[in-house]
Amino acid sequence: MTDTDQRARRTGSLEVKDLVKDFRVRSGMRSSKFRAVDHVSFTLEPGKTVALVGESGSGKSTVARMIAKLEKPTSGEILLDGEPSAARGVALMRYRNDVQMVFQDPFASLNPFHTVGHHLERPIKIHHRASGRDAVEAEIERLLERVNLNPPREMADRRPHELSGGQRQRVASARALAPGARFLIADEPVSMLDVSIRLGLLNMFARLQREENLGVLYITHDLATARHFSDEILVMYRGQVVERGPSDRVILDPQHAYTKTLLAAAPNPENHGKLREEVRAELARENA
Amino acid sequence: MAEHETTGEDVREAHLVTAAATTVDAADVVVDGLPPDLPDAVGDGSLAAAVTGEPATAERPRSRRRDLMPSWSPKLVVGLVITTVIVLFAIIVPFFTLDPNSTDYDGLLKPGEQGHLLGTSAIGNDIWAQLAHGARGSLLIGVTVGVIALALSVVFGIFAGYLGGWADETLSLITNIMLVIPALPLTIVLAAYSSSRSMWLVAGVLGLTAWTGSAIVLRTQARSLRARDYVLAARVAGEKSGRVIAVEILPNLLPLVAAQFLFGVIFAILGEAGLSYLGLGPTDAVTWGTMLYQAQQGSALTLGAWWWFVPPGLLIALLGCGLSLVNFAIDEIINPKLRNVPKATRRVRKARKHEKHAAATTEEAGA
Repeated sequence: MTDTDQRARRTGSLEVKDLVKDFRVRSGMRSSKFRAVDHVSFTLEPGKTVALVGESGSGKSTVARMIAKLEKPTSGEILLDGEPSAARGVALMRYRNDVQMVFQDPFASLNPFHTVGHHLERPIKIHHRASGRDAVEAEIERLLERVNLNPPREMADRRPHELSGGQRQRVASARALAPGARFLIADEPVSMLDVSIRLGLLNMFARLQREENLGVLYITHDLATARHFSDEILVMYRGQVVERGPSDRVILDPQHAYTKTLLAAAPNPENHGKLREEVRAELARENA
Repeated sequence: MAEHETTGEDVREAHLVTAAATTVDAADVVVDGLPPDLPDAVGDGSLAAAVTGEPATAERPRSRRRDLMPSWSPKLVVGLVITTVIVLFAIIVPFFTLDPNSTDYDGLLKPGEQGHLLGTSAIGNDIWAQLAHGARGSLLIGVTVGVIALALSVVFGIFAGYLGGWADETLSLITNIMLVIPALPLTIVLAAYSSSRSMWLVAGVLGLTAWTGSAIVLRTQARSLRARDYVLAARVAGEKSGRVIAVEILPNLLPLVAAQFLFGVIFAILGEAGLSYLGLGPTDAVTWGTMLYQAQQGSALTLGAWWWFVPPGLLIALLGCGLSLVNFAIDEIINPKLRNVPKATRRVRKARKHEKHAAATTEEAGA
């Protein structure tokens, strides 16, 4: 790692400014506009986690895809270290070097045709992290070890269908780390996984973040993990950020009506079994 | 699922049990009838040991490449045998036959007469020699057309589907125009344009009209694969479009592309026979089509010279049948649901028989 790289790791930022995305919705001959993301702004800083929460269809994933340059913003800017990011060419490659993404569904984000090794080898080669066969292999093993996939040599030869969901998501995270990214977009990284392994994976993300001083955008609909893992929470509703603030404040003292609804929707241990009793009571009434 | 695969999985699961028994409760790992991925997911969560490389199977399970190969079904075996025999016939036999263009022999000899295995035509061609050389000609045209159609459909289909936008519009426009132009009249016009037609010209003409259908199928497939997460992930990793198509998309389309290729070969052999029958076939080579044309010209049917037109007709039908059977076997990889169809029908039939039998016995008992 060079000196400038080190400095960027401490001071750089990924800033999203007034991001807007309109989709054209066609119904028959008519076409109308649908605003999926409506003037969203926030800043990712090294070592910090920003959580983007909201229901399905609120525009969280569209924000992620725009930052990952898979979708072109209708208007607004994405600034990396204060400079506008490119949409193509060498500059885009440099941007990808710094900003990477982990997808929601680990069963879909790895190509069933290729080995784990292939998935990691490509970004290493594309972003010139290592050259020569031995160096690339060593780098693959290092990455697999970092995401706790052991023994790395054996894992590299496996194909995605031979891995569990959790293992696949670890491979996907290793791939995102391979280019040496400073910012990580995690689009509901654990929502497709078994509840019992979610925490393990989130802890791994937290460790990687500490080790590399990553700036993480954690997209989720799970308020509990958002509060636990992030410094700042942004609540999105119908494309707009309706509430934002330090995570504890947003969860403990919600201001916006939607945030309150969202919190109320989360299961509360105090209400444990309440619904069941309600149903029983109702049944008893009907039978009587 | 074919039977050998089930046994393969059983072996694999057995491995899982022995390997995982020490770390994870075996019941967690092997759940009867579930795909191997699912039990793994359970195992991953149940223990920290899961994180450190469980399950440590000594033997590597079935690979994706094996999954891409058709399973050994009677369909595939019969199809492959027919196709292989005809291909070998076309490659080897022409070296040992008489000259197919020579007319030095007596006309309309019956099979076996004067040492002519399949007799001779009205003008004195040796039919066996013509059949062997015709096989070579027909197959060469078939494979050439298959390759041309494959290349064009990959370019117009996969590129259009993956690139989208203007590239898609342009490529699709060309595909659609080619699709609505009636193929047979076009081939007739193109073939009639030149008086002396080489085999390659005929192959080229057929190739130009054969690719549109597969291009449309490949385009829709590529469009659906384009939105897959692993393709998006490759783009985020920084892969260029060409590589994404060649390395991420194409391998997953291989069965489809193979099926399209075989379909192209069948189309070409039938198309060539049709063109030749109309007198528009190659003028410099013997094919099964030109044989049929000459048989028709020489009024073989009215003369009762069955040995003249039956062998080429039969071989065209057999090759079409063989290639189609292989194609069906490949279809089962593309659409695994098809695998269960024959088994299911057999089961229904058995159940019906059983029912009837049971009804009969109860009636007997009643009487």
